[in-house]
Amino acid sequence: MFKNLMSWIEYRLPFMDKMNLHVMQYPAPKNFNFWYFFGSLAMLVLVNQIVTGIWLTMNYEPSAEGAFASVEYIMRDVDYGWLLRYMHSTGASAFFVVVYLHMLRGMMYGSYQKPRELLWIFGMLIFLVLMAEAFMGYLLPWGQMSFWGAQVIIGIFGTIPFVGEDLTLWIRGDYVISGATLNRFFALHVIALPLVLVILVFLHIMALHEVGSNNPDGIDIKKDNDGSVEQTEADKKFTFHQYFTRGGKKIIVDAIPFHPYYTVKDLVGVAGFLLIFAWVIFFLPEGGGYFLEPPNFEPANPLKTPAHIAPVWYFTPFYAILRAIPHPFMGAVAMFAAIVALALLPWLDRGKVRSVRYRSGLHKVNLINFCISFVALGVLGVLPAEGVYTLLAQIFSFTYFGFFVLLFFYSKNENTKPLPVRVT
Amino acid sequence: MMKTLLSAVALLASSLAMAAGPSVQLDKAPIDLTDKASLQNGARLFQNYCLGCHQMQYQRYSRTFADLGIPEELGMEHLMFTGEKVGDHITNNMSAKDGEKWFGATPPDLTNVARVRGPDWLYTYLRAFYADDSRPFGVNNEVFPLVGMPHVLQELQGLPSKTYETRLVDGEPKQVYVGIKTDGSGELSEEEYDRAVADLVNYMEYVGEPTKLEAHALGYKVMIFLLIFLVLAYLLKKEYWKDVH
Repeated sequence: MFKNLMSWIEYRLPFMDKMNLHVMQYPAPKNFNFWYFFGSLAMLVLVNQIVTGIWLTMNYEPSAEGAFASVEYIMRDVDYGWLLRYMHSTGASAFFVVVYLHMLRGMMYGSYQKPRELLWIFGMLIFLVLMAEAFMGYLLPWGQMSFWGAQVIIGIFGTIPFVGEDLTLWIRGDYVISGATLNRFFALHVIALPLVLVILVFLHIMALHEVGSNNPDGIDIKKDNDGSVEQTEADKKFTFHQYFTRGGKKIIVDAIPFHPYYTVKDLVGVAGFLLIFAWVIFFLPEGGGYFLEPPNFEPANPLKTPAHIAPVWYFTPFYAILRAIPHPFMGAVAMFAAIVALALLPWLDRGKVRSVRYRSGLHKVNLINFCISFVALGVLGVLPAEGVYTLLAQIFSFTYFGFFVLLFFYSKNENTKPLPVRVT
Repeated sequence: MMKTLLSAVALLASSLAMAAGPSVQLDKAPIDLTDKASLQNGARLFQNYCLGCHQMQYQRYSRTFADLGIPEELGMEHLMFTGEKVGDHITNNMSAKDGEKWFGATPPDLTNVARVRGPDWLYTYLRAFYADDSRPFGVNNEVFPLVGMPHVLQELQGLPSKTYETRLVDGEPKQVYVGIKTDGSGELSEEEYDRAVADLVNYMEYVGEPTKLEAHALGYKVMIFLLIFLVLAYLLKKEYWKDVH
């Protein structure tokens, strides 16, 4: 009976076949390490944000008069409202932690290189939408930092010549940040952007499964079936979906089915992540003033500018680049260029070897330079822009862009190590 | 002309005050959210000395009573003065406009003040008033110079003033500022006053995040669960991966 029902459905919608294709018989390289946890963790945090977000909207009131009070209502009068709110606010920061580490993984192992350019572009679009989503979400509690942080970021659009002023008016829907702004940000935050985000994540995974997962060695696990590489006994142990062998043109080596091997492995990552996540939620919900900034416990007051406006920590590397340039519009251009440069990595890197393991010492140093520059800019973005901090921000902005420029030149004829045939 | 001059002086004074601001060392507030007696005394002080001007408009009386272990009848009798219902928010009837007229700025809502300023700031601030005839209410504050607030706890502390001692500096006798000392006209001794302020700040810290103790209690359980889950997940992974290695 059940079997008949299943085949009736399968005939009309090949559900099991798709599950096999993407989960049970998806060939994943067997050498994923620690760095490969962050993709599944990003998915986990996305689900956390959507679920806690739905419950928060049940008691949140998107109006300039009621927003702040409704958040306090959630924190005090709604059963476990404080937990939902802290899961959501900590989740926002956690999202950027795992996404930044996920991106660093891609950079270390050359996961953006051919044929994964489109996969990387979808990832960068996810990053952009995520930043917009986080920015709009931060306005909703209608605290002092919500208001003045939004003021600063919307102001960035105002620096664009000719259209800037009109553009900020169009974004705010008012001459100042007001209830009108709050309402449209709410609509975008809870419907439009999450929808786009989910679609982009779907495309990201579809694009991943088409070209296959990269691995820490950066070599292909699908080899041409021309006798140059033989499958070992271990390779023949698992069944993979026939789609991946391209009708016998390819053979698959050093791979294991995603489920159950990586689902159980990712479960370990999930447990480790949740330990840290729960620790912050229950014991450090303010994240030392970085996840929830102290002035945001005061309602928005357009007449009272806080002494020091710092964006939330995940924006600070780009904010530091913005402030490092003395000209406002050129600063905005530089900030945008910092993100575009990342998106262009597949074409700026002209190397043929993907993984940092087999690339030149120069590349290793350059990658470390990128990490140091990014973190240093992040720290500088929190500090006031004065004196030596501005100079340091200029230096690290220079080294940040220097990473891409250097990469473009040395990657063409790079002194790389020989690649192994099979993963190590 | 006079106006410009005055505002110039005010500007200069405030910029000097800003410059002096961070130099005040904040004392550590002895916060203990499990000390119900301290929290109850803090609530009593708040209702009697603060609520006239400052609201806690996001906190309900019933919440304070339940969390602090105050029976509702007792709470209504001793902590509610103007016939509110026990489920009402802790508010007063002073309009924001009047507050601004009387004090130069509307007295801020204090529900979240401990999260905005931090308990150490509050603890030091409430012990940092000193006599200053140039101010409208006759007092100034070391932590918050030129603050518009009068020293409402004066009947408890007495009137403190800045005191100086003659000390030898580089072999020369000089007047050295040693801090503020009360004139002893208050109901409480110095230690008792510090204790009372500590209780009040403890209460404000509680109101800032009334769920804190609940969060910690639940947090330990969740962490223990997750630790067990981590071990089980790891063992499960090891079992499955025997096929691979």
